[in-house]
Amino acid sequence: VERGFLIISTICFLAAVVRTGVALRAGVFRPGRFNFLAIGLGFIFQTAFLSIRGHELGRCPLTNLFEVFIFLAWSVALIYMLIGPAYRLSLMGAFTAPLVALLQGFALIAPIDVRHPVKVPANSSLEFHASISLIAYGAFALACIAGVMYLVQERQLKTHHLRSIFYHLPPLTDLFAAITRLLWLGFILYTVGIASGFFTGRPLPRVQVVAAIGVWLLYATILQGRYFRRIAPKRVATLCIIGFSVALTLLWGITFSAQTHSVP
Amino acid sequence: MNLFCIGLSHHTANVETRERFAGGAGAEHTLRTAGCAEALVLATCNRVEVYGASEKRVSTDEIAQCLLQSAAVTDCGHREAPPFYRYEAEKCVQHLFRVASGLDSMVVGETEILGQTKKAYQSARTSGAVGPCLHRLFQRAFRVAKQVRTHTEITRGSVSVGSVAVDLAQKIFGELSNCRVLVLGAGETSERTARALVSRGVSDLRVSNRSNHRAQELAQRVGGQAVQFDEWPRQCREIDILITSTSSEAPLLTPTNLDPMLANRIDRPLFIIDIAVPRDVDPAVNEMEGVYLYDIDALRSVAEQSLAVRRQQIASAEAIISEHVQDFLEKVSCDLKRPSGIAGHPAVADRSLRASQL
Repeated sequence: VERGFLIISTICFLAAVVRTGVALRAGVFRPGRFNFLAIGLGFIFQTAFLSIRGHELGRCPLTNLFEVFIFLAWSVALIYMLIGPAYRLSLMGAFTAPLVALLQGFALIAPIDVRHPVKVPANSSLEFHASISLIAYGAFALACIAGVMYLVQERQLKTHHLRSIFYHLPPLTDLFAAITRLLWLGFILYTVGIASGFFTGRPLPRVQVVAAIGVWLLYATILQGRYFRRIAPKRVATLCIIGFSVALTLLWGITFSAQTHSVP
Repeated sequence: MNLFCIGLSHHTANVETRERFAGGAGAEHTLRTAGCAEALVLATCNRVEVYGASEKRVSTDEIAQCLLQSAAVTDCGHREAPPFYRYEAEKCVQHLFRVASGLDSMVVGETEILGQTKKAYQSARTSGAVGPCLHRLFQRAFRVAKQVRTHTEITRGSVSVGSVAVDLAQKIFGELSNCRVLVLGAGETSERTARALVSRGVSDLRVSNRSNHRAQELAQRVGGQAVQFDEWPRQCREIDILITSTSSEAPLLTPTNLDPMLANRIDRPLFIIDIAVPRDVDPAVNEMEGVYLYDIDALRSVAEQSLAVRRQQIASAEAIISEHVQDFLEKVSCDLKRPSGIAGHPAVADRSLRASQL
């Protein structure tokens, strides 16, 4: 049943992707309610899956790479639902859905749902550390998506070739403001996540600590460049994309290493 | 009851002819005395059309005479027959739906026509010239126009240089009320663009020209402030939008002299609208980070892109209209089979509307 929920959720996100693709191809893109509803429905099924899995495990479902990917996809959808409409970034759904569908599709297809042989006891501080860090990743993912939207808009303005999507993208300055807010949100959550990692009562593997601090430093550099006006908006947008790609790769590494050594 | 539309438009007649038949305040009354049970005159700068419903056939010449009478114009000196078109029944319904949706307009997809149609309907309704037949027809036309606008991109983008510039400014800055604008050169196009920006909320407008007197005049007209011409490089450090249209032979702005001006504004874009010929701004400036340069050709190209998209949408709009035409005729036919069908309009409920004649 739980996997069924996940499949339905992925179909919802894919429906948003297909609709956007068809509309863009026809040159009549409109950010209607469909995307928001599809993502909302997908989010409900994601939540149902995580809830069932959590009850089954008796803890936060972050015990293997599969669960980490689904939790990350859920975080992305959550931040989108909270922030997207508030900042009039309804079009963000068109960019969010492919990322979530990709994460979930990969998790469903790849043989990474390996259950831990021994039922691990719950550790609330460790679960808090892992979940808050993944929600921070959700904010970084949204900053990355806003960065893609910024670059698409910027490119069309520079080349003077305005496509259908141009008329539905938010203004450049609004997008940049959204990127900045998402970066700050992600950075604060990630800082809390890292700090809480030192209070779990368990020794942390050095490689995980180094990777986490590396990601933290990367986003700290982007934010200080933005704050002191040393990095131009276009570069901030590009760095958001690079930053999230690096963070995602490191997350994979951290989770893989944790999975091979012990359960978080 | 015959439903018909007789008119002149930019497709068939020049402005002089359209003016002669533009009708007057009592046009609808005159038309009713001429035999129209219901009449509505839609007179805009691009068309003069009479929509009517009558028991007997009212000839095109009679309608033309009514329009001339109500406009109090004599037709001496115009011997050639005016190029009126006439649509009846289904064709009339289709024509009105196309007009209200902006498909028949000079600029395809313009939305002003819908407002003008609504105004003409209100005026005819107030004077009692509209009965159940035209009431239904026009209400449906407004619905169709709204649906066409919502479900196609027929109104997308701007099609004039001034409005393209303003739309682009909004795409870069969002809210324009906090934007600072410098108009360099007191030309006519720059004045129009400046006015368009002011109408969208710009309040900080500065004008600079080689002749300070002209700068002051323009500043007064657009509600801005004049600045000395040798001050403009310093102003460039503060502004967000630059509209330039000087008669300078050499470019005023090049990457070399613009670079220091951008030093302290790394996170603030600069939108440059260069409408001068020869151009005031070196095209290489567009390669600079955070600078968006549009010359007159680029603005025209964007306007043409919008127009091309609008033209592509005509087929989808026509499909919506065809559906509504069929549905409208079917509904009218069904309602007539029920005696209470048109009783919703008490003043004229006794008049029959035969769908077979529609």
